[in-house]
Amino acid sequence: MPAHFRVKVDPNLCKSCELCIAVCPKKIMVISDQKNDLGFRLALCTDHSACTGCMACALVCPDVAIEIIRTE
Amino acid sequence: MSEKIIFTRTEGLKPAATTYCPGCGHGVAHRILAEAVAEAKALERTVAVAPVGCAVYGYDYWNFDTTEAAHGRTPAVATAIKRVLPDRLVICYQGDGDMASIGMAEIVHAANRGEKFTVIFINNANYGMTGGQMAPTTLIGQKTATTPYGRTSEEAGYPMKMAEFLAQLPGVKYAARGALHKPGLIRTAKSYIKRAFEIQEAKAGFSIVELLSICPANWGLSPLESVQKLEELMLPIYPLGLIKDEGPKKEGA
Repeated sequence: MPAHFRVKVDPNLCKSCELCIAVCPKKIMVISDQKNDLGFRLALCTDHSACTGCMACALVCPDVAIEIIRTE
Repeated sequence: MSEKIIFTRTEGLKPAATTYCPGCGHGVAHRILAEAVAEAKALERTVAVAPVGCAVYGYDYWNFDTTEAAHGRTPAVATAIKRVLPDRLVICYQGDGDMASIGMAEIVHAANRGEKFTVIFINNANYGMTGGQMAPTTLIGQKTATTPYGRTSEEAGYPMKMAEFLAQLPGVKYAARGALHKPGLIRTAKSYIKRAFEIQEAKAGFSIVELLSICPANWGLSPLESVQKLEELMLPIYPLGLIKDEGPKKEGA
């Protein structure tokens, strides 16, 4: 079974800076309508099956809000 | 089915949200610094000295001992800590207003004495916390709160290249410049920090890692526009790469 990846964004940390969206090579990160307590709209991965686990989003996230989980 | 977390928050960072503006480079700088300390297994024997500036709350974010210094005097405080406790990993974290302007005397003399600590220097081409005034690193033509028509060399001189400037001093054994706006460059920047720690642990001398960072709030741009501006305008003035490495050779190298 091939490996699958899941991108988990911490709703308390995301500040909606959109840097993860720009670096994602698969263009699967978006800004959702869901807001956190600070009033920022949260980043979200729309298609986990397309994620290659490259970690680009997590590396550029200034708030270390992204966790990546590999399943196989 | 087995699950494995391949990227998560390092134990070098406290589980706290930062007060930084969205997109601010300090967040990434904090993370790679904290990861480098954790990977050096030095969390229990590290003392960082936070600057005056946006990163003044460093002690709320890093999971190692951090103290605070008067504006620009971070290297003076770090000198004392390293001399009294030579077995500690001592880190100065400074911004460009803090280091290149107010604390210029302290940094130059600490570097010239070859003090055995590591300086992480965040260059975002302006004073961040006080509202985006001109710093010595501000680019020619850059509009800031105190240069509303753009910085001119006649009036305010030229952008200060701190890493190259300090690298001339014999006490400085390591100088490098990285950037924080792309995944690959972030990895490289972290490798610079790790090498700087090796130089410090080998008691070779002073080490500095300059990191180019965006400041979207004070540049008046979105984080993505700021990344573009950094690439277009800062990289030609502040070239990335290793400037000086006179430390002991790496094992196996």
